[in-house]
Amino acid sequence: MNKISIQNLNLWYNDFQALHNVNLEIEENNITAFIGPSGCGKSTLLKTLNRMNDLIEGCRVEGKILLDNVNVYKDMDVNLLRKRVGMVFQKPNPFPMSIYDNVAFGLRTHGIKKKSELDNIIEKSLRDAAIWDEVKDRLKKSALGLSGGQQQRLCIARALAISPDVLLMDEPTSALDPISTNKIEDLVLELRKNYTIVIVTHNMQQATRISDHTAFFLLGEVVEYSRTTALFSIPQDKRTEDYITGRFG
Amino acid sequence: MSIRNRFDEQLEVLNSHLIELGTFIEQIISLATMALIELDPTLVEKVIEVDNEIDLKEKEIETLCMKLLLRQQPVASDLRLISSALKMITDMERIGDQSHDIAKISTFLNDKEYVKQITKIPQMAEATIKMVTDSVNAFVMRDLDLALSVIEYDSVVDGLFGEVRRELIHLIKTENDKGELALDLLMISKYFERIGDHAENIAGWVAYAITGEHKDA
Repeated sequence: MNKISIQNLNLWYNDFQALHNVNLEIEENNITAFIGPSGCGKSTLLKTLNRMNDLIEGCRVEGKILLDNVNVYKDMDVNLLRKRVGMVFQKPNPFPMSIYDNVAFGLRTHGIKKKSELDNIIEKSLRDAAIWDEVKDRLKKSALGLSGGQQQRLCIARALAISPDVLLMDEPTSALDPISTNKIEDLVLELRKNYTIVIVTHNMQQATRISDHTAFFLLGEVVEYSRTTALFSIPQDKRTEDYITGRFG
Repeated sequence: MSIRNRFDEQLEVLNSHLIELGTFIEQIISLATMALIELDPTLVEKVIEVDNEIDLKEKEIETLCMKLLLRQQPVASDLRLISSALKMITDMERIGDQSHDIAKISTFLNDKEYVKQITKIPQMAEATIKMVTDSVNAFVMRDLDLALSVIEYDSVVDGLFGEVRRELIHLIKTENDKGELALDLLMISKYFERIGDHAENIAGWVAYAITGEHKDA
């Protein structure tokens, strides 16, 4: 089943067209990877999925993005959209507050104030993000004291706390060492059971390891979109072949 | 030099190793055939030597392929090329073993005159040599048509095997004391027929490396 349907999407930053007629169907409970050289539009597309581009001046979008068949640009409140579509960024960005308050932040924003309820959701989120055992004795300590990998998992816990349907990840491991990367990848595979995940990655091996589908972007266009194993073994487009085998880019 | 260029260079090295292994294979099939026709034990020694060379070359290519897989983590056509090379060398090594077996059986034969009459066996040898040479060339030149022609050509070897078999049945029927000779020659021709199958497999892997699709053997 398709969770997200992107239809004839065009996007401009002022006069510059960053996305050209993108059509993609993103399956539910799947991991979809976006790959492509820098500046090809993959992060731009990721951001349109929860309308983060609304914050950028001069950004104009045409076309449709449907989340469970509802047009997110027309028929959905942006706050609700961002609750349903969470985001994890390239660099871990914990708030300068305690571990507990980081995860509680979104929950409080959405009106959950009761301590016992907060405690429960925070523990579950930290467990789901595979970091609970490492932080359970220091929940009131600053999140900034965690390692990079722990901070990233905390950010994932923070995103999970508000029970999104979709998790967008923009190069979530590019700033991490191999061990932390492994942990995040294991976690993403685990989260796949309950969430639809879209991940932008420059690490092709990561895309092959964890994703079900891969879309290859070039100059704002989707050149090829297919099952990851097919795309990396028998790419149909020469440009995909040239990019993934390192002949350009 | 860029990483990609270095990788391309190593793929060239892989090509030249495969050409060398292909040359050894052509050599060993010829030597085994000569050992059979001449019933010459010194040629059997040579077959054993070349078979050892083939085993060493197979290991060398295998190590190179593993190194390329490890260091380059290839994808797409690069991945298919290297995984096909790994499969091809297994078939090539088996051809070496079977040529060795042919040479060994030839030491038991004692009827030089009759062996010379079975002209279809040297023809099988020629046909399999052509198949191996064409397969390796198809790999190096990425020539799909050539690979497909090798797959087709296996029927020639199969046809020759059928003819040898009929000749040997005739031999058993007409000359009671030639039963053992006929069986040995049947085994030899069966080995050649199997060599043809291995050559066909090799061509099948070449076609896979080029297209990503397996041709049904």
